[in-house]
Amino acid sequence: MATGHDDHHHGPAKGFTRWLYTTNHKDIGSMYLWFSFAMFLLGGSFALVIRAELFQPGLQFVDPNFFNQMTTMHGLVMVFGAVMPAFVGLANWMVPLMIGAPDMALPRMNNWSFWILPFAFAMMSSTLFMDGGGPNFGWTFYAPLSTTFAPKSVTFFIFAVHMMGASSIMGSINIIATIQNLRAPGMTYMKMPLFVWTWLITAYLLIAVMPVLAGVVTMMLFDIHFGTSFFSAAGGGDPVLFQHVFWFFGHPEVYIMILPAFGVVSEIIPTFSRKRLFGYDSMVYATSSIAFLSFIVWAHHMFTTGMPLAGELFFMYSTMLIAVPTGVKVFNWITTMFKGSISFETPMLFSIAFVVLFTMGGFTGLMLAIAPADFQYQDTYFVVAHFHYVLVPGAVFSIMAAAYYWLPKWTGNMYDESLGKLHFWLSFVGINVLFFPQHFLGLAGMPRRVPDYALQFANFNMISSIGAFLFGFSQLLFLFIVIKTVKGGKKATTQVWEGAEGLEWTVPSPAPYHTFSTPPPIK
Amino acid sequence: MSASPGHNSNIGNRKLIAKLVLAVVAMFGFGFALVPIYDVFCKVTGLNGKTGGRVAYQATAADIDLTRTVIVQFTAMNNSNMSWAFHPMQNQIEVHPGELNEVRFYAKNPTAASMTGQAVPSVTPSLSASFLHKTECFCFTQQVLEAGQEIEMPVRFFVDKALPKDVHKMTLSYTLFDVTENFAGPPRLTAN
Repeated sequence: MATGHDDHHHGPAKGFTRWLYTTNHKDIGSMYLWFSFAMFLLGGSFALVIRAELFQPGLQFVDPNFFNQMTTMHGLVMVFGAVMPAFVGLANWMVPLMIGAPDMALPRMNNWSFWILPFAFAMMSSTLFMDGGGPNFGWTFYAPLSTTFAPKSVTFFIFAVHMMGASSIMGSINIIATIQNLRAPGMTYMKMPLFVWTWLITAYLLIAVMPVLAGVVTMMLFDIHFGTSFFSAAGGGDPVLFQHVFWFFGHPEVYIMILPAFGVVSEIIPTFSRKRLFGYDSMVYATSSIAFLSFIVWAHHMFTTGMPLAGELFFMYSTMLIAVPTGVKVFNWITTMFKGSISFETPMLFSIAFVVLFTMGGFTGLMLAIAPADFQYQDTYFVVAHFHYVLVPGAVFSIMAAAYYWLPKWTGNMYDESLGKLHFWLSFVGINVLFFPQHFLGLAGMPRRVPDYALQFANFNMISSIGAFLFGFSQLLFLFIVIKTVKGGKKATTQVWEGAEGLEWTVPSPAPYHTFSTPPPIK
Repeated sequence: MSASPGHNSNIGNRKLIAKLVLAVVAMFGFGFALVPIYDVFCKVTGLNGKTGGRVAYQATAADIDLTRTVIVQFTAMNNSNMSWAFHPMQNQIEVHPGELNEVRFYAKNPTAASMTGQAVPSVTPSLSASFLHKTECFCFTQQVLEAGQEIEMPVRFFVDKALPKDVHKMTLSYTLFDVTENFAGPPRLTAN
């Protein structure tokens, strides 16, 4: 081993090299989580630049090109830097604990897949300081805007995407190998906690689509530097092809960001309802159905590209079909809570908010799925409101719920419950003030990704910006709560939560550096 | 994958990892395979309004459906930064399916430098694209025009007799791209 350690040490190494060389799933999980939180603040500060500019009509603070860089980088950093690594971090920490494994199956690769990320994002962020600025073509980087008309720095963006793709693929291979090969004896597939199930399916989605993303940016690279014309009509290519390939990756990608959230919520709601999860089997099948459907709906992002009627109808109906398994999940969560003895600790508050607000985001998704209506909504703030409702009170709230839920297990200390509740309510109010008015802006026709707007949009934009700053600065409270919990607090018991069930609640709090060196018995 | 091989599962791991890596490589390839798949799909279904390449055709009296008349309209436009004068010399003609027709397009390079242009055709309604066949087109090659040079460029085409009955009017549209720097191959031929 490069560290010169042998395999029998029992505590963490000292100093910085502990983090650099570590192959411990808990260390790597923590690094993923801290990294994703740093990216969350970075991407959030980009969002606040956007909302500050949009506070009033007219150009106030930034020039339009920089505004475009902010919308692009906000999307890229949040998707690839905040949400995805946070879920990988949770998987690293919790999957081995939940299935009774001593560590991840491929600890050395685990180290590598994390350490690629800071370099990828350092490279991507550095484009902001380059000549001509950073990527300004939107996080969807449609060609030829991202090829023929892109700033010079686009090549760095492409390599950064390659690096984060490699990181995600290695992470997924690791998670699949862990789940399939390292389950404790007796832990059959249908006994696995739902978080493990959703992550197994997510990992397969990642394996299937991250290489396609790598392919599409590689084609861009060739178009820019090597004279090919995949996406250039002048050379015989087709710009619409870009959208097909991108969304073939892009639609499964949005489920990659939400399936682990389903898993988290399916762990938390039973705990605080003090009931078993209702419909475990149907949850597994619903998750698998959503994963399958995600591959055949991609062109609903492209209704206005001039598809024939048959195509519009196919993608419209297949998209609406997704509401069925998603509905199964929502009803299962509600039924789990029904007649439970519910208590409202912070993780439960975030989870209930998840169920309500994610469902709203789902409904606006159904509105967008209606092809004839989509021509009106395409590229407006209605779309922005829709995907932020599923991603922020969806994915991000579930990550926060997970952090509060497992923080006592990670640190051995209880977090400050009243501060946690304060954080929840500030976030909950902030997020709705921020995104709800954007539905109206979109329906009234305000286009997205534009730094200025007509006067009739002024009021709702101002309200939205106020919500943005409220939500944004509330997250510093979250940082404070986490640091406070790491430093100390009421000692957590082994089970932590009265209604908690599962292997992770059988190890002491904080979880020792090495757990389940011998497989635990499974009931 | 049998459950729980325990903690000595190096062989199981290796097999699984080999499969997963293979899947990754296959999906990377699939991303590129989407390019020809897309082309073939569009060609078979005629979805994106693209017309095919050169076809050989000799019209005989029996091939021409005199009972039917279809209006074919022509438009021409420049892509961004293309500075040529470019327009059809007739805005529309009436044709009988099966009949071979010729129209000419005018192009002029008003700049002081030699330039290369590439015209890209498109037909609307897009589902009728596969029923418009060209025996000769300036879009089959790149056009090199010297400074100030002007040319007339022919398109010879016929409308397939199998054209759906509800199509009475088709538009053949050309977009002209400046490929002087990017895609200029060896100059093949200027317009004939």
